[in-house]
Amino acid sequence: MENTPTYTAKDFATDQDVRWCPGCGDYSILKQMQSTMAEAGINKKDIVFVSGIGCSSRFPYYMDTFGIHSIHGRATAMASGLKAARPDLSVWVITGDGDSLSIGGNHLIHLLRRNFDLNVLLFNNEIYGLTKGQYSPTSPKGQVTKSTPMGSLDHPFNPQALALGADATFVARTMDRDPKHMRAILAAGNAHKGTSLIEIYQNCNVFNDGAFGVYTDKATKVDTTITVHEGQPLLFGQGNAKGIRLNGMKSEIVSMADFSPEDLWIHDSSDRIKATILSRMFDNNALEGGLPRPFGVFFQESRNRYEDSMQEQLDKAVSIKGVGDLDALIQGSHTWIVD
Amino acid sequence: MTKTTEKKKDVTILFAGDSGDGMQLTGSLFTNTNALYGNDISTFPNFPAEIRAPQGTVAGVSGFKLHFASMNIFTPGDDVEVLVAMNAAALKANLDQLKIGGTVIANIAGFDKKNLRLAKYEDESNPLLDYTLDKFRVIEIDVTKMTKEALINTGLGTKEIDRCKNMFVLGFLLWMYNRSMETTQKFISEKFAQNELVKDANLTVLKAGYYFGDTNETFTSRFEVESAHLPAGSYRSIMGNQAAALGAIVATKKAGLELFYGSYPITPASDILHELARHKNYGVKTFQAEDEIAAVCAAIGASYGGSLGVTASSGPGIALKGEAIGLAIMLEIPLLIINVQRGGPSTGLPTKTEQSDLMQAMYGRNGEAPLAIVSASSPSDCFDAMIEAVRITVEHMIPVIFLSDGFIANGSEPWSYPKAIDLKAITPKMADPKKSLDDGQYYPYRRDEKLVREWAIPGMEDLQHRVGGLEKEDETGNVSYDPDNHEKMVKIRQEKVELIANDIPRQELVQGEAKGKLLVLGWGSTYGAIRTAVKQAIDAGLSVSQAHIRYINPFPKNLGELLIGYDQVLIPELNNGQMIQLINAKYGTKALPLNKIKGMPFASREIKERILELV
Repeated sequence: MENTPTYTAKDFATDQDVRWCPGCGDYSILKQMQSTMAEAGINKKDIVFVSGIGCSSRFPYYMDTFGIHSIHGRATAMASGLKAARPDLSVWVITGDGDSLSIGGNHLIHLLRRNFDLNVLLFNNEIYGLTKGQYSPTSPKGQVTKSTPMGSLDHPFNPQALALGADATFVARTMDRDPKHMRAILAAGNAHKGTSLIEIYQNCNVFNDGAFGVYTDKATKVDTTITVHEGQPLLFGQGNAKGIRLNGMKSEIVSMADFSPEDLWIHDSSDRIKATILSRMFDNNALEGGLPRPFGVFFQESRNRYEDSMQEQLDKAVSIKGVGDLDALIQGSHTWIVD
Repeated sequence: MTKTTEKKKDVTILFAGDSGDGMQLTGSLFTNTNALYGNDISTFPNFPAEIRAPQGTVAGVSGFKLHFASMNIFTPGDDVEVLVAMNAAALKANLDQLKIGGTVIANIAGFDKKNLRLAKYEDESNPLLDYTLDKFRVIEIDVTKMTKEALINTGLGTKEIDRCKNMFVLGFLLWMYNRSMETTQKFISEKFAQNELVKDANLTVLKAGYYFGDTNETFTSRFEVESAHLPAGSYRSIMGNQAAALGAIVATKKAGLELFYGSYPITPASDILHELARHKNYGVKTFQAEDEIAAVCAAIGASYGGSLGVTASSGPGIALKGEAIGLAIMLEIPLLIINVQRGGPSTGLPTKTEQSDLMQAMYGRNGEAPLAIVSASSPSDCFDAMIEAVRITVEHMIPVIFLSDGFIANGSEPWSYPKAIDLKAITPKMADPKKSLDDGQYYPYRRDEKLVREWAIPGMEDLQHRVGGLEKEDETGNVSYDPDNHEKMVKIRQEKVELIANDIPRQELVQGEAKGKLLVLGWGSTYGAIRTAVKQAIDAGLSVSQAHIRYINPFPKNLGELLIGYDQVLIPELNNGQMIQLINAKYGTKALPLNKIKGMPFASREIKERILELV
């Protein structure tokens, strides 16, 4: 084993000026990422950040690791090839809601089902920032933007439900305004052996300011958000006065004055059905009786990593046929000699 | 009774039938027998885009053309001498290729009323009975019936019995051309080793066809095509896609790299994926991506990681890959893009051949995005050209497009194969963590005298750097919007391609004198037809020469000089005139075009006719 140097977050900063707008949520994510990498104990030379196109995709320029700022929507595909070729690397995909769910939607779902061991950070700001404010695939229906002066017609994607639908093996949500939670989720994603899909609510203070305000403002967040912890009951509200219990397949809010924690939904991230219900606490708060928006690791499971299975086939082929000999390859099975 | 044997220098046979009749297999097996016997061979499979087009119709006809000879040949033959027609549609679709006096071997069961109607013969008139075949020799065999009789009481169902009928035809032809059944018998025994019943059925029918020729009194003569005097060496038969795949594996190994192949299925390139996927014990990683874009992007990711990333497609897929190829040009990393061209535009003619993606290879990307282009001229040449393509992409840190086409991809020929040790080593320009730093700083876009940057891959200590599609600052590789820097970088990327010319062979002539009246200048799969035509012209005493371009971008340094030696230059192409534009624009020549855009290769006769008009 080679020795990995000890790093601080600062060791991951580059000499490039960070060019996001002042006040952008991306700054917070960059900072947490640098801290996470300092704690991860991975040599910088073995880390690669791969991004697509969009504001978030400038990210690799600000991490002193290897990095590719690729083309729109394709970071996931690029990272798949990289990981297939180099299973030894720690690979991080940085993408946005437009990059990964619109132009790159196809590659994202295929990455998730294949389960390469890499991490996808989906910066969701529900808007196109770099192109100056068009609606994105996660913008709520009816959102007025430059390209939708009368409101968007599109039903939005639910990234958590989409990832679960694509059989992702690690699905989590966090937000730019909660650094501590974000670091915990990034570390959990890094520890997961498989593709980790981490959605990060990220405020675009220029084109979509306050999109997640209801979940981040001190005054409201206590009632509008819930953080799920493994093996813990789903509690939220001031002084954890409220809980969520499952009534059949339906989640409902109960008062802790009437219920004990044992009556509540106990978070179990290995339960795919419950994860699905959790991901569906999304659609319409009013109709759902004001269910809070969940944060945390919704689901994780262990499944074969693509790069391992690929290597196993190569090893198996060698064990059956022996290490390939070039002359045998060139001559094939039927030859003849002309004197 | 005695049967005579007539010697022939070469024969062209076209096996034609329904796409479910097994004509490709019949043709391949007959080819293998002749190749092992020592004939020179050239084949051309020609099949519909539909896997099972409506049975009995002209649209559903699948053909396999085989030219075998006791001399050197370079094409699958212009005119067909023997046409095997398993049904009326097969006859109708191919009769125009049969030369006058040629032979039709017709399966009369395929000429019943239903087949005549499906083939759209007017008034269901049977061409075997009317005047249609007056100028030809016709051998009528009820193949269907004979096959049934041979397999009576075997317990096989009608469908399974019907599937054996191609073996009857093959057996008959093996007899007719005085060949042993051994190779075919071996193949059948291996292929159906798991199914005794089917194996025995095929072997029985094969023999039945052979002895039918032997015992039937109608057939009094057999033909003999003696082995060709090919140059001494070890030979095998090879198809273009197979040769390209093998070349990629061998060259990657020669470069000390691992091969990663990202691909999405597309006709006629998929066989490269199939071939590579068979060779996992060579460490080849094949990745069937979700689409063409993911395929090329995964290959770029692999190259970034230090493997050789390879992707292949045909024109429509290459169009989708365009943006990513541009990225690889910016990243200046190795990437090999194989285009097995087919008829276009759009979906075009998926199973037919064309050379119409040359301009796409040259210019089919946004911005000033030059890359290197290498083309292959025959099935076996796909191997050599591929080695060159790999060498250039790896040693020059630039994407290379390898141009092949449906004709050579599926065609086959005997190949005097090399020994791996005799192939030149390929030297990737890897960075060295100990030497690449300058005062503690790494400059990823510093270049050598060839303008080639180093390949610094993840895992190399202290060489962390960021690359991307945004314009790079010279040397540092940092993002730069500086106007002067952009112009400088565009010029550098162009010059870098031009400098490859110092590193490729000079353009040689294939045949003819260095000066003269006419130079026939070709590229890609037209090689064989041009070679045959020019040879005939030279033999007739005409002042004609042939040059064939392998390196398209950049062209060999002496190409311009070479053109000056001739009064006229003729450029035959299977497109509407693309190479001719590149040549005339670059060298100020007034080369003349010869274009064919029918989804079919040139017949050498077509080129010869044009030569005779000009000289």
